[in-house]
Amino acid sequence: MADNKQLACMTCVPKGLCQGKGLVTLKEGAWANNPLAIQMLGICSALAVTNRLENSLVMGAALIFVCVGSNLIVSLLRKYTPHRIRMIAEVAIIATFVILFDQFLKAFYWDMSKQLGPYVGLIITNCIVMGRAEAFALQNPPMLSIVDGLANGIGYAVVLAIIGFFRELLGSGEIFGRTVLSADWYTPNQIMILAPGAFFALGIVIGIFNAIKGPEPEEKK
Amino acid sequence: MSETSAWVIFIAAIFTNNILLTNFLGMCSFIACSGQIRTSLGLGTAVTFVLTMTTMLNYAIYHFVLVPYGLGHLQFIVFIAVIAAFVQLVEMFVERFSPKLYFALGIFLPLITVNCAILGASLFMIIREYSFLQSVGFGLGAGIGWAVAIVMLAGLRQKMRYSNIPEPFQGVPIAMVVTGVLAMAFMGFAGMVSIQ
Repeated sequence: MADNKQLACMTCVPKGLCQGKGLVTLKEGAWANNPLAIQMLGICSALAVTNRLENSLVMGAALIFVCVGSNLIVSLLRKYTPHRIRMIAEVAIIATFVILFDQFLKAFYWDMSKQLGPYVGLIITNCIVMGRAEAFALQNPPMLSIVDGLANGIGYAVVLAIIGFFRELLGSGEIFGRTVLSADWYTPNQIMILAPGAFFALGIVIGIFNAIKGPEPEEKK
Repeated sequence: MSETSAWVIFIAAIFTNNILLTNFLGMCSFIACSGQIRTSLGLGTAVTFVLTMTTMLNYAIYHFVLVPYGLGHLQFIVFIAVIAAFVQLVEMFVERFSPKLYFALGIFLPLITVNCAILGASLFMIIREYSFLQSVGFGLGAGIGWAVAIVMLAGLRQKMRYSNIPEPFQGVPIAMVVTGVLAMAFMGFAGMVSIQ
């Protein structure tokens, strides 16, 4: 358990948010309640875009951006949003940020946009963003909501990067398109790039997370 | 692309390009609701219906409203609104005319709004530039393919309850690995028909 404190502090010290609830929120989001590995949210995109490390990083960045942005706006508007239409309001806010990011990719990184295909748009239905808006930003002030969005985004991005790293490394012997494992002695394992490899990789990563965390926080099964 | 017949797209969407096993869409409810064959069959049916209908609706809206007015960049928000509205409508309709069906499907309908397979299918349809008939074939095939996959996993998970799984892997992780094996089996269909 020592290393998770370290992780939380490593991510929050540069932001200068270590006082008060900021630290707790960060730790919760990025490690203890990691959206992907612990809560099993947003699995679709985690599987689909992780065939290369580069794609994983862009997707992670997209989620951090959308999560922080939508958390901020939802939190700012939380006192003015009628309770009954809050869902549709949240979806509209999230969609706005997703469209912004999508247009940005299309304008400046056309190749990347082509590769990610529909998965950028699918951030809208990514349960992490919606879940944080609903569960956190609706009850908390803007600053704290930003931290929470950041923490969850980082937690997601880190897991995505881990999966992307191993899939690209084992699947093609490359990192960022550069050959790392030379073809002389390593035969690229194509299956890691294809769909089944994604399932195996995520299953194993979640299993390892569970093993590190130990059985204690196991809630009702 | 545009010459492929709707029938080929239909078959391909079920087997070679299964929306779940090759495009990873709809994973959240796939993992959450695959405990029992009965439940997953209900969800599969509901998804197939909504997916087919919303693909058609979104096709019409995109090509007759958004494109002529140059509003293509609004597709995400429009599609998600259409899906949410349609699900709401179906729910009200089913509740009014077939209470029996409502109790069978009722709890699944709201879940479908956040199922990314639905939005994903609409987006694929736009990206791959399908014609109307092709979209119908794709929507129907994708829905059936999703239902087939979730029912298969539910069956496997029911059996797995009696097997001895390492503790950290119990529950979701082993389900993922089993899905991987399932996806590998479906790769055997590759080459039968192909769509991009």
